[in-house]
Amino acid sequence: MSAPAHALLLDRGGLRRRRRFNRLVEAAATAAALLAVAVLLIVVGSVLVKGAGALSLHFLTTPMALFGEPGGGISNAIAGSAIMVALAAAMAIPVGLLVAIYTTEFAPRRFGHAVGFALDVLNGVPTIVTGIFVFGLLVAGRQQSGFAASVALAIVMLPIVARTGQEVLALVPGTLKEAAHALGIARWRTTLRVTVPTAAGGLITGALLAVARVAGETAPLILLSSIFGQGVLTDPRQALASIPIFIFRSSEAPSPEAHTQAWAAALVLIAVVLVLNVIARVLYARSRSKMGAR
Amino acid sequence: MQSGESREILAAVGREIGNVELRGLDAWYGDNQAVKGVDLTFSSNRVTAIIGPSGCGKSTMVRCINRMHEEIAGARAGGQVLLDGIDLYDPAVDVVAVRRAVGMVFQKPNPFPTMSVFDNVVSGLRLSGAPRGEMEDRGREALVGAGLWDEVKDRLGRPGASLSGGQQQRLCIARALAVEPEVLLMDEPCSALDPVATLRIEELIGELKKRVTIAIVTHNMQQAARVADTTAFMLSGELVEVAPTEKVFTNPDDERTEQYVSGKFG
Repeated sequence: MSAPAHALLLDRGGLRRRRRFNRLVEAAATAAALLAVAVLLIVVGSVLVKGAGALSLHFLTTPMALFGEPGGGISNAIAGSAIMVALAAAMAIPVGLLVAIYTTEFAPRRFGHAVGFALDVLNGVPTIVTGIFVFGLLVAGRQQSGFAASVALAIVMLPIVARTGQEVLALVPGTLKEAAHALGIARWRTTLRVTVPTAAGGLITGALLAVARVAGETAPLILLSSIFGQGVLTDPRQALASIPIFIFRSSEAPSPEAHTQAWAAALVLIAVVLVLNVIARVLYARSRSKMGAR
Repeated sequence: MQSGESREILAAVGREIGNVELRGLDAWYGDNQAVKGVDLTFSSNRVTAIIGPSGCGKSTMVRCINRMHEEIAGARAGGQVLLDGIDLYDPAVDVVAVRRAVGMVFQKPNPFPTMSVFDNVVSGLRLSGAPRGEMEDRGREALVGAGLWDEVKDRLGRPGASLSGGQQQRLCIARALAVEPEVLLMDEPCSALDPVATLRIEELIGELKKRVTIAIVTHNMQQAARVADTTAFMLSGELVEVAPTEKVFTNPDDERTEQYVSGKFG
């Protein structure tokens, strides 16, 4: 027998308990969200506080000092990082975009899903494993090189570029492809002239995020490009300096000055990654509004 | 492809251009048959409206005419679609040639968002390798033909998506006209438009039938009565009745047609 309606309305005890529980869960969720933001603020804040002092034009434009000597800067690390990331981008971005275009526009659906899964697995491979793989391939029996490091970075970038590419291309409205087909435009032309330009902002976003992701990658670099010569080196057949390796080394060094330099280099790295992320966000928002505002 | 001029010449010697004849047309989505043995002729320089309740197969039927139906995975068609006597499903016929001869306008205006007004109009031409010099003239001609020239002549370089909904739809009509098709399929072209924009398109259809054969799918029976010379009524994939529009709406032969046009179902 069900209770009469007014009895349900007056059953204050159960309701109060539920409301209290609701408030509790809400508070916990809010606290968790605040914690995540707080972690970011603490990391950025401490890097800023500890590194800003050592940051100067001199620091950015001078190569590393010899081991154990004071002074020096990160110009060679900036150059090396830029070269290795650029090489990696040149390898990974075209391949990643082609993978995305092929799997979303041309491949049978099941094959597309299979490739997507493979990319997810590749994305989950620890970068030290990628580093060891490339070490066995390009470095063992020879010597470390900036090129070997950029191959490892390219392997890290590839699934990010391809996966975001797949997602953005899938957002392009089917009605546009339909319109192109109905005009008798061949499929590959539709892809090049209609689908890819419509998704361009999102595709660039994916590429930028991948660059930001590998700019701070350290594990493969330790194996592949960490024993380098003095001064600003630019030949990727030799091992090149990099910002992550500089941070790693300086923080291991005994002198407090080296520690401050490590913080300063970390600040440079964070700033670069932050800027890339912001640009990527803006481009993505723009590209989405373009697709929505048909 | 026939230019307007050669069309007139051929018409003068008694040869009609743009006659579409369906013979026993069947269409399936997997095992589900959406169109069942339809025999229907779309005559040159006339507007044929296809009416019927949702899911009766009218859109599927017109999509078989430009072979867009086969773009859907698992979809296939049987029977014959003849354009001036040539079977469009003949293995020797290239699907791209079919799409050039039979243009299409969709429910929702779908200009290419990355292209300007003008680039939208000539997109079909450009991608078929028409000479660059011709582009400007043919683009303008198509915009004039779609009744859009006066409104957009000062902003041809603006994005196509910056136009109003009705203008976008006329832009899509201009884009279809630019490749000079013989037949124009319109799949509920006004269903996303307000009444004023709808009126503009209906007036335009009256003009366009001098140049192309028009097949228009519509949910709106008043629209069919206003624009069509011939009206075909479909139900559950079958063609129930086809007759001059006035007869379909006033004195149909089939009882089901009568019930539908008088609003008893659908």
